[in-house]
Amino acid sequence: HIATSLPLPSERDHLRPRIDMIVFIIDIQSKYSLTTIEASLAYVDARFFLGKVCFLVTGVGRMNCCSIDMNAIWKLREDYCSPVLFGELESEEIRVATAQRLLRMLQICAGHVPGVSALSFSTLMRISAYD
Amino acid sequence: SAMESVDGAVRTLPSSGRLSRGLLFGRTHGRIGLSSRSRLLQPAPLSQKNADHQRTAFLLRKQWTLYSVTPLYRFSNAHLKDYTRLLSAFVAAEKQKGLAVEVGVELDIKVAFSSLPDLRGSDQDQAAILVQLSSRSKASKKNSEEKLIWSGWFCSVSGEDFSENVPEGFTCLPLFLTNGAESYTAIVGSWFQKTFDCYFRRLAISPLNLSWMAAMWTGCKVDKTVPALELVFSVPHLPQPLDISYAIHPEDAKALWDTVQKTPGEVTQEEVDVFMDCLYSHFHRHFKIHLSAAKLVKVSTAIASAHCDGIIKFLQSQYLTGVLMLLTELAISQIQ
Repeated sequence: HIATSLPLPSERDHLRPRIDMIVFIIDIQSKYSLTTIEASLAYVDARFFLGKVCFLVTGVGRMNCCSIDMNAIWKLREDYCSPVLFGELESEEIRVATAQRLLRMLQICAGHVPGVSALSFSTLMRISAYD
Repeated sequence: SAMESVDGAVRTLPSSGRLSRGLLFGRTHGRIGLSSRSRLLQPAPLSQKNADHQRTAFLLRKQWTLYSVTPLYRFSNAHLKDYTRLLSAFVAAEKQKGLAVEVGVELDIKVAFSSLPDLRGSDQDQAAILVQLSSRSKASKKNSEEKLIWSGWFCSVSGEDFSENVPEGFTCLPLFLTNGAESYTAIVGSWFQKTFDCYFRRLAISPLNLSWMAAMWTGCKVDKTVPALELVFSVPHLPQPLDISYAIHPEDAKALWDTVQKTPGEVTQEEVDVFMDCLYSHFHRHFKIHLSAAKLVKVSTAIASAHCDGIIKFLQSQYLTGVLMLLTELAISQIQ
Protein backbone atom coordinates (compact mmCIF):
# COMPACT_ATOMS: atom_id res chain seq x y z
CA HIS A 1 0.00 0.00 0.00
CA ILE A 2 1.34 3.46 -0.89
CA ALA A 3 0.33 6.75 0.71
CA THR A 4 1.60 10.28 0.17
CA SER A 5 1.18 11.14 3.83
CA LEU A 6 -0.29 9.93 7.10
CA PRO A 7 -2.76 9.45 8.66
CA LEU A 8 -4.44 7.03 6.29
CA PRO A 9 -8.10 7.83 5.57
CA SER A 10 -10.16 6.30 8.36
CA GLU A 11 -13.04 5.31 6.05
CA ARG A 12 -11.09 2.34 4.79
CA ASP A 13 -9.82 1.14 8.17
CA HIS A 14 -12.05 -1.91 8.25
CA LEU A 15 -10.95 -2.99 4.77
CA ARG A 16 -7.26 -2.63 5.44
CA PRO A 17 -5.14 -5.68 6.27
CA ARG A 18 -2.75 -5.64 9.21
CA ILE A 19 0.20 -3.31 8.70
CA ASP A 20 3.49 -5.11 9.35
CA MET A 21 6.03 -2.53 8.26
CA ILE A 22 6.21 1.12 7.26
CA VAL A 23 8.84 2.44 4.85
CA PHE A 24 9.16 6.20 4.72
CA ILE A 25 10.66 7.33 1.43
CA ILE A 26 12.66 10.56 1.48
CA ASP A 27 13.80 12.20 -1.73
CA ILE A 28 16.99 14.05 -0.92
CA GLN A 29 16.20 16.48 -3.73
CA SER A 30 12.97 17.57 -2.09
CA LYS A 31 12.85 19.31 1.26
CA TYR A 32 9.08 18.90 1.05
CA SER A 33 9.38 15.12 1.21
CA LEU A 34 11.26 15.44 4.49
CA THR A 35 8.74 17.81 6.07
CA THR A 36 5.84 15.59 4.94
CA ILE A 37 7.47 12.57 6.57
CA GLU A 38 8.27 14.44 9.76
CA ALA A 39 4.61 15.41 10.01
CA SER A 40 3.41 11.89 9.20
CA LEU A 41 5.61 10.26 11.86
CA ALA A 42 3.40 11.80 14.53
CA TYR A 43 0.57 9.53 13.41
CA VAL A 44 2.48 6.28 13.82
CA ASP A 45 1.81 4.14 16.87
CA ALA A 46 4.92 3.83 19.07
CA ARG A 47 4.97 0.03 18.75
CA PHE A 48 5.95 0.30 15.10
CA PHE A 49 9.27 1.81 16.11
CA LEU A 50 10.42 -1.54 17.47
CA GLY A 51 11.86 -2.56 14.14
CA LYS A 52 8.81 -2.15 11.92
CA VAL A 53 9.76 1.25 10.52
CA CYS A 54 12.57 2.16 8.21
CA PHE A 55 13.57 5.17 6.15
CA LEU A 56 14.49 4.84 2.51
CA VAL A 57 16.49 7.74 1.11
CA THR A 58 16.61 8.19 -2.62
CA GLY A 59 18.37 10.67 -4.88
CA VAL A 60 21.73 10.53 -3.11
CA GLY A 61 23.59 9.55 -6.27
CA ARG A 62 23.44 13.10 -7.50
CA MET A 63 24.78 15.07 -4.55
CA ASN A 64 24.70 18.28 -6.57
CA CYS A 65 20.92 18.26 -6.31
CA CYS A 66 20.81 17.78 -2.57
CA SER A 67 18.16 19.92 -0.85
CA ILE A 68 18.29 18.22 2.52
CA ASP A 69 21.05 18.38 5.10
CA MET A 70 22.17 14.83 5.92
CA ASN A 71 22.19 15.66 9.62
CA ALA A 72 18.40 15.85 9.42
CA ILE A 73 18.31 12.25 8.18
CA TRP A 74 20.64 11.06 10.92
CA LYS A 75 18.45 12.85 13.45
CA LEU A 76 15.42 10.87 12.23
CA ARG A 77 17.38 7.67 12.65
CA GLU A 78 18.37 8.63 16.18
CA ASP A 79 14.99 9.99 17.27
CA TYR A 80 12.96 7.08 15.91
CA CYS A 81 15.47 4.25 16.40
CA SER A 82 14.89 3.06 12.88
CA PRO A 83 17.37 2.16 10.16
CA VAL A 84 18.06 4.29 7.11
CA LEU A 85 18.46 2.59 3.75
CA PHE A 86 19.70 4.21 0.58
CA GLY A 87 18.63 3.37 -2.93
CA GLU A 88 18.60 5.10 -6.28
CA LEU A 89 15.07 4.21 -7.27
CA GLU A 90 15.58 5.61 -10.76
CA SER A 91 17.83 2.72 -11.66
CA GLU A 92 15.90 -0.47 -12.37
CA GLU A 93 18.56 -2.75 -10.92
CA ILE A 94 18.70 -0.84 -7.69
CA ARG A 95 14.93 -0.63 -7.55
CA VAL A 96 14.70 -4.41 -7.79
CA ALA A 97 17.47 -4.96 -5.24
CA THR A 98 15.88 -2.51 -2.83
CA ALA A 99 12.48 -4.13 -3.26
CA GLN A 100 13.98 -7.54 -2.50
CA ARG A 101 15.66 -6.17 0.60
CA LEU A 102 12.43 -4.58 1.80
CA LEU A 103 10.52 -7.76 1.09
CA ARG A 104 12.94 -9.70 3.23
CA MET A 105 12.52 -7.19 6.04
CA LEU A 106 8.77 -7.42 5.64
CA GLN A 107 8.85 -11.20 5.98
CA ILE A 108 10.66 -10.79 9.26
CA CYS A 109 8.31 -8.06 10.49
CA ALA A 110 5.30 -10.22 9.64
CA GLY A 111 6.78 -13.06 11.65
CA HIS A 112 7.29 -15.39 8.70
CA VAL A 113 10.93 -16.07 9.43
CA PRO A 114 11.29 -18.41 12.40
CA GLY A 115 13.79 -17.33 15.02
CA VAL A 116 14.17 -13.77 13.76
CA SER A 117 12.02 -10.93 15.03
CA ALA A 118 11.75 -7.31 13.95
CA LEU A 119 13.59 -6.35 17.13
CA SER A 120 16.81 -7.64 15.61
CA PHE A 121 16.79 -4.72 13.17
CA SER A 122 18.10 -2.63 16.00
CA THR A 123 21.49 -4.18 15.27
CA LEU A 124 21.48 -2.18 12.04
CA MET A 125 21.41 0.89 14.24
CA ARG A 126 24.73 0.27 15.87
CA ILE A 127 27.89 2.33 15.49
CA SER A 128 28.99 0.31 12.47
CA ALA A 129 27.75 3.28 10.47
CA TYR A 130 30.43 5.46 11.99
CA ASP A 131 33.92 5.30 10.47
CA SER B 1 37.74 18.46 -23.23
CA ALA B 2 39.87 19.37 -20.27
CA MET B 3 36.92 19.99 -18.01
CA GLU B 4 34.54 17.46 -16.56
CA SER B 5 30.80 18.06 -16.61
CA VAL B 6 28.71 18.56 -13.52
CA ASP B 7 26.81 15.28 -13.24
CA GLY B 8 28.20 12.69 -10.91
CA ALA B 9 27.59 9.00 -11.43
CA VAL B 10 24.59 7.27 -9.88
CA ARG B 11 25.78 5.00 -7.11
CA THR B 12 24.46 2.09 -5.16
CA LEU B 13 24.88 2.60 -1.46
CA PRO B 14 24.98 -0.13 1.16
CA SER B 15 22.01 -0.36 3.49
CA SER B 16 23.96 0.18 6.70
CA GLY B 17 23.90 3.87 5.95
CA ARG B 18 27.56 4.29 5.13
CA LEU B 19 28.25 6.82 2.44
CA SER B 20 31.42 7.10 0.48
CA ARG B 21 31.17 10.72 -0.61
CA GLY B 22 32.66 13.32 1.67
CA LEU B 23 30.53 16.08 0.20
CA LEU B 24 27.46 14.83 2.06
CA PHE B 25 29.00 15.71 5.36
CA GLY B 26 30.47 19.04 4.50
CA ARG B 27 33.25 19.61 6.91
CA THR B 28 32.78 16.64 9.19
CA HIS B 29 35.91 15.08 7.75
CA GLY B 30 34.35 11.72 7.04
CA ARG B 31 32.57 11.33 10.33
CA ILE B 32 28.83 11.15 9.94
CA GLY B 33 26.49 13.63 11.53
CA LEU B 34 28.84 15.00 14.16
CA SER B 35 29.07 18.61 13.10
CA SER B 36 26.59 21.29 14.05
CA ARG B 37 26.94 22.85 10.64
CA SER B 38 27.67 26.47 11.26
CA ARG B 39 29.64 28.88 9.16
CA LEU B 40 31.26 32.25 9.60
CA LEU B 41 30.20 35.08 7.33
CA GLN B 42 33.63 36.58 6.85
CA PRO B 43 37.21 35.47 7.40
CA ALA B 44 38.99 36.96 10.44
CA PRO B 45 38.92 40.77 10.35
CA LEU B 46 42.74 41.00 10.35
CA SER B 47 42.85 40.00 6.71
CA GLN B 48 40.46 42.76 5.78
CA LYS B 49 42.71 45.51 7.13
CA ASN B 50 44.86 45.97 4.09
CA ALA B 51 42.32 44.99 1.50
CA ASP B 52 42.52 47.36 -1.40
CA HIS B 53 39.10 47.33 -2.94
CA GLN B 54 40.26 49.22 -5.98
CA ARG B 55 42.59 46.45 -7.08
CA THR B 56 39.88 43.84 -6.97
CA ALA B 57 37.08 46.03 -8.34
CA PHE B 58 37.56 44.51 -11.79
CA LEU B 59 36.28 41.19 -10.40
CA LEU B 60 32.87 42.62 -9.62
CA ARG B 61 29.75 42.43 -11.77
CA LYS B 62 31.28 39.84 -14.11
CA GLN B 63 29.94 36.34 -14.51
CA TRP B 64 32.48 33.78 -13.26
CA THR B 65 32.30 30.06 -13.96
CA LEU B 66 33.49 27.99 -10.99
CA TYR B 67 35.79 25.00 -10.89
CA SER B 68 37.45 23.02 -8.15
CA VAL B 69 41.16 22.33 -8.70
CA THR B 70 43.30 19.71 -7.02
CA PRO B 71 46.61 20.97 -5.57
CA LEU B 72 49.23 22.13 -8.06
CA TYR B 73 52.51 20.23 -8.03
CA ARG B 74 55.70 22.29 -8.15
CA PHE B 75 53.97 25.60 -8.75
CA SER B 76 55.84 28.68 -7.65
CA ASN B 77 54.93 32.36 -7.43
CA ALA B 78 58.51 33.18 -8.36
CA HIS B 79 58.17 31.67 -11.82
CA LEU B 80 55.20 33.64 -13.12
CA LYS B 81 57.28 35.10 -15.95
CA ASP B 82 58.30 31.63 -17.10
CA TYR B 83 54.69 30.44 -16.94
CA THR B 84 53.67 33.44 -19.06
CA ARG B 85 56.17 32.43 -21.70
CA LEU B 86 55.24 28.74 -21.62
CA LEU B 87 51.50 29.32 -21.70
CA SER B 88 51.88 31.82 -24.58
CA ALA B 89 53.71 29.20 -26.58
CA PHE B 90 51.07 26.62 -25.74
CA VAL B 91 48.22 28.91 -26.76
CA ALA B 92 49.98 29.75 -30.03
CA ALA B 93 50.51 26.05 -30.71
CA GLU B 94 46.86 25.28 -30.03
CA LYS B 95 45.88 28.05 -32.39
CA GLN B 96 48.03 26.48 -35.10
CA LYS B 97 46.14 23.28 -34.56
CA GLY B 98 42.99 25.26 -35.25
CA LEU B 99 41.54 24.93 -31.78
CA ALA B 100 41.17 28.64 -31.09
CA VAL B 101 37.82 30.39 -31.13
CA GLU B 102 37.81 32.62 -34.13
CA VAL B 103 38.42 31.35 -37.61
CA GLY B 104 39.79 33.63 -40.27
CA VAL B 105 40.65 36.45 -37.90
CA GLU B 106 44.33 36.87 -37.23
CA LEU B 107 44.75 37.48 -33.54
CA ASP B 108 47.85 37.83 -31.47
CA ILE B 109 47.13 36.43 -28.07
CA LYS B 110 49.07 37.84 -25.16
CA VAL B 111 49.23 35.98 -21.86
CA ALA B 112 49.72 37.64 -18.48
CA PHE B 113 50.19 36.02 -15.08
CA SER B 114 49.87 38.12 -11.96
CA SER B 115 49.47 37.68 -8.25
CA LEU B 116 46.57 39.05 -6.17
CA PRO B 117 47.89 38.99 -2.61
CA ASP B 118 44.76 40.65 -1.16
CA LEU B 119 42.52 37.76 -2.09
CA ARG B 120 43.09 35.42 0.79
CA GLY B 121 41.70 34.77 4.22
CA SER B 122 44.91 34.56 6.21
CA ASP B 123 48.66 34.44 5.74
CA GLN B 124 48.43 30.68 5.50
CA ASP B 125 46.46 30.94 2.28
CA GLN B 126 48.34 31.16 -1.00
CA ALA B 127 47.99 34.49 -2.78
CA ALA B 128 45.51 34.33 -5.64
CA ILE B 129 46.95 33.94 -9.14
CA LEU B 130 45.36 35.71 -12.09
CA VAL B 131 45.81 34.64 -15.72
CA GLN B 132 44.62 36.94 -18.46
CA LEU B 133 44.49 36.51 -22.21
CA SER B 134 44.37 39.65 -24.34
CA SER B 135 44.12 39.93 -28.05
CA ARG B 136 45.50 42.42 -30.46
CA SER B 137 44.64 42.40 -34.11
CA LYS B 138 47.72 41.58 -36.21
CA ALA B 139 46.64 43.95 -38.94
CA SER B 140 47.16 47.22 -37.06
CA LYS B 141 49.92 46.31 -34.66
CA LYS B 142 51.18 49.72 -33.68
CA ASN B 143 48.33 51.63 -32.12
CA SER B 144 45.72 48.98 -31.64
CA GLU B 145 44.50 48.41 -28.13
CA GLU B 146 44.74 45.15 -26.37
CA LYS B 147 41.39 43.68 -25.65
CA LEU B 148 40.95 41.42 -22.66
CA ILE B 149 39.31 38.25 -23.99
CA TRP B 150 39.65 35.80 -21.14
CA SER B 151 40.40 35.85 -17.41
CA GLY B 152 40.93 33.05 -14.97
CA TRP B 153 42.04 33.16 -11.36
CA PHE B 154 42.97 30.62 -8.74
CA CYS B 155 42.38 31.37 -5.11
CA SER B 156 42.04 30.01 -1.61
CA VAL B 157 40.32 31.84 1.24
CA SER B 158 40.59 30.21 4.66
CA GLY B 159 41.56 26.88 3.21
CA GLU B 160 44.17 26.13 5.88
CA ASP B 161 42.53 22.88 7.05
CA PHE B 162 43.00 21.50 3.57
CA SER B 163 46.41 22.91 2.70
CA GLU B 164 47.89 21.79 6.02
CA ASN B 165 47.25 18.16 5.16
CA VAL B 166 48.73 18.21 1.70
CA PRO B 167 52.22 16.75 1.02
CA GLU B 168 55.39 18.79 0.26
CA GLY B 169 55.62 20.44 -3.10
CA PHE B 170 51.92 21.05 -3.58
CA THR B 171 50.28 24.46 -3.75
CA CYS B 172 46.63 24.65 -2.70
CA LEU B 173 44.45 26.99 -4.67
CA PRO B 174 41.28 24.91 -4.81
CA LEU B 175 38.97 27.50 -6.38
CA PHE B 176 39.26 28.47 -10.05
CA LEU B 177 37.05 31.14 -11.63
CA THR B 178 36.85 31.93 -15.35
CA ASN B 179 35.29 34.57 -17.53
CA GLY B 180 35.46 34.31 -21.31
CA ALA B 181 35.11 31.72 -24.04
CA GLU B 182 34.96 28.09 -22.99
CA SER B 183 37.54 27.16 -25.61
CA TYR B 184 40.18 29.34 -23.93
CA THR B 185 39.23 27.85 -20.57
CA ALA B 186 39.89 24.42 -22.06
CA ILE B 187 43.27 25.49 -23.45
CA VAL B 188 44.46 27.14 -20.24
CA GLY B 189 43.05 24.25 -18.22
CA SER B 190 44.91 21.62 -20.21
CA TRP B 191 48.15 23.53 -19.89
CA PHE B 192 47.76 23.66 -16.11
CA GLN B 193 46.83 19.98 -15.99
CA LYS B 194 49.88 19.01 -18.01
CA THR B 195 52.27 21.33 -16.21
CA PHE B 196 51.17 20.93 -12.60
CA ASP B 197 49.46 17.53 -12.64
CA CYS B 198 46.21 18.92 -11.31
CA TYR B 199 42.59 18.17 -12.15
CA PHE B 200 39.72 20.58 -12.79
CA ARG B 201 36.06 19.89 -12.24
CA ARG B 202 33.08 22.19 -12.66
CA LEU B 203 31.91 23.20 -9.21
CA ALA B 204 28.22 22.51 -8.81
CA ILE B 205 26.30 24.23 -6.03
CA SER B 206 23.56 22.15 -4.43
CA PRO B 207 20.16 23.65 -3.53
CA LEU B 208 21.15 23.15 0.10
CA ASN B 209 24.23 25.34 -0.30
CA LEU B 210 22.28 27.89 -2.34
CA SER B 211 19.88 28.25 0.62
CA TRP B 212 22.88 28.92 2.83
CA MET B 213 23.93 31.66 0.43
CA ALA B 214 20.45 33.19 0.41
CA ALA B 215 20.38 33.31 4.21
CA MET B 216 24.00 34.39 4.75
CA TRP B 217 24.02 37.12 2.15
CA THR B 218 20.63 38.53 3.18
CA GLY B 219 22.18 39.14 6.57
CA CYS B 220 24.99 41.29 5.19
CA LYS B 221 24.72 45.02 5.77
CA VAL B 222 24.89 47.10 2.63
CA ASP B 223 24.88 50.88 2.58
CA LYS B 224 23.23 51.67 -0.70
CA THR B 225 19.76 50.71 -1.88
CA VAL B 226 19.56 47.02 -2.13
CA PRO B 227 17.89 44.93 -4.84
CA ALA B 228 15.30 42.30 -3.98
CA LEU B 229 16.30 38.86 -2.77
CA GLU B 230 15.45 36.61 -5.70
CA LEU B 231 15.16 32.85 -5.63
CA VAL B 232 14.67 30.84 -8.83
CA PHE B 233 13.27 27.33 -8.68
CA SER B 234 13.07 24.68 -11.34
CA VAL B 235 10.09 22.35 -11.12
CA PRO B 236 11.01 18.70 -11.77
CA HIS B 237 9.05 15.92 -13.44
CA LEU B 238 7.10 18.09 -15.83
CA PRO B 239 6.85 17.55 -19.59
CA GLN B 240 7.63 21.25 -20.17
CA PRO B 241 10.35 22.78 -18.00
CA LEU B 242 8.95 25.34 -15.56
CA ASP B 243 10.87 27.94 -13.61
CA ILE B 244 9.44 29.86 -10.69
CA SER B 245 11.03 33.15 -9.70
CA TYR B 246 10.32 34.37 -6.17
CA ALA B 247 11.37 37.93 -5.37
CA ILE B 248 11.28 39.17 -1.80
CA HIS B 249 11.50 42.80 -0.81
CA PRO B 250 15.01 43.27 0.59
CA GLU B 251 13.84 44.96 3.80
CA ASP B 252 11.35 42.17 4.49
CA ALA B 253 14.02 39.57 3.87
CA LYS B 254 16.50 41.33 6.15
CA ALA B 255 13.83 41.82 8.85
CA LEU B 256 13.00 38.11 8.70
CA TRP B 257 16.63 37.12 8.88
CA ASP B 258 17.24 39.44 11.82
CA THR B 259 14.57 37.64 13.83
CA VAL B 260 16.12 34.28 12.98
CA GLN B 261 19.82 34.82 13.40
CA LYS B 262 21.15 34.59 16.94
CA THR B 263 24.92 35.06 16.84
CA PRO B 264 26.12 37.93 14.65
CA GLY B 265 28.71 36.88 12.12
CA GLU B 266 27.79 33.21 12.40
CA VAL B 267 25.07 31.18 10.68
CA THR B 268 23.76 27.71 11.58
CA GLN B 269 21.85 25.09 9.60
CA GLU B 270 18.84 25.53 11.88
CA GLU B 271 18.72 29.25 11.14
CA VAL B 272 18.94 28.64 7.40
CA ASP B 273 16.09 26.08 7.65
CA VAL B 274 13.84 28.45 9.61
CA PHE B 275 14.53 31.31 7.19
CA MET B 276 13.78 29.21 4.12
CA ASP B 277 10.71 27.57 5.72
CA CYS B 278 9.24 31.02 6.40
CA LEU B 279 9.76 32.01 2.78
CA TYR B 280 8.25 28.73 1.56
CA SER B 281 5.20 29.06 3.86
CA HIS B 282 4.59 32.59 2.73
CA PHE B 283 4.66 31.51 -0.90
CA HIS B 284 2.40 28.56 -0.21
CA ARG B 285 -0.14 30.75 1.54
CA HIS B 286 -0.45 32.88 -1.57
CA PHE B 287 0.01 30.42 -4.40
CA LYS B 288 -0.67 26.98 -2.91
CA ILE B 289 2.63 25.75 -4.32
CA HIS B 290 5.22 23.93 -2.20
CA LEU B 291 8.50 25.47 -3.28
CA SER B 292 10.26 23.01 -0.99
CA ALA B 293 9.38 20.30 -3.51
CA ALA B 294 11.07 22.21 -6.33
CA LYS B 295 14.77 22.58 -6.95
CA LEU B 296 16.39 25.87 -5.97
CA VAL B 297 18.67 26.73 -8.88
CA LYS B 298 19.60 30.38 -8.47
CA VAL B 299 19.95 32.92 -5.69
CA SER B 300 20.43 36.67 -6.22
CA THR B 301 21.18 39.07 -3.40
CA ALA B 302 22.85 42.45 -3.04
CA ILE B 303 26.16 40.76 -2.18
CA ALA B 304 26.34 38.24 -4.99
CA SER B 305 24.30 35.94 -7.18
CA ALA B 306 24.93 32.24 -7.60
CA HIS B 307 23.62 29.54 -9.93
CA CYS B 308 23.60 25.80 -9.25
CA ASP B 309 25.67 25.09 -12.38
CA GLY B 310 28.57 26.82 -10.64
CA ILE B 311 28.28 30.40 -11.81
CA ILE B 312 28.82 33.38 -9.55
CA LYS B 313 28.69 37.16 -9.77
CA PHE B 314 30.26 39.30 -7.05
CA LEU B 315 28.48 42.57 -6.42
CA GLN B 316 30.07 44.04 -3.29
CA SER B 317 33.82 44.33 -2.79
CA GLN B 318 33.60 44.47 1.01
CA TYR B 319 32.09 40.97 1.10
CA LEU B 320 34.24 39.51 -1.67
CA THR B 321 36.47 37.48 0.65
CA GLY B 322 33.45 36.28 2.63
CA VAL B 323 31.87 34.84 -0.51
CA LEU B 324 35.22 33.40 -1.63
CA MET B 325 35.58 31.72 1.75
CA LEU B 326 32.31 29.86 1.23
CA LEU B 327 33.19 28.96 -2.36
CA THR B 328 36.64 27.74 -1.27
CA GLU B 329 34.92 25.46 1.24
CA LEU B 330 32.64 24.04 -1.47
CA ALA B 331 35.58 23.53 -3.82
CA ILE B 332 37.53 21.67 -1.13
CA SER B 333 34.50 19.46 -0.38
CA GLN B 334 34.26 18.58 -4.05
CA ILE B 335 37.94 17.63 -4.20
CA GLN B 336 37.92 15.43 -1.12
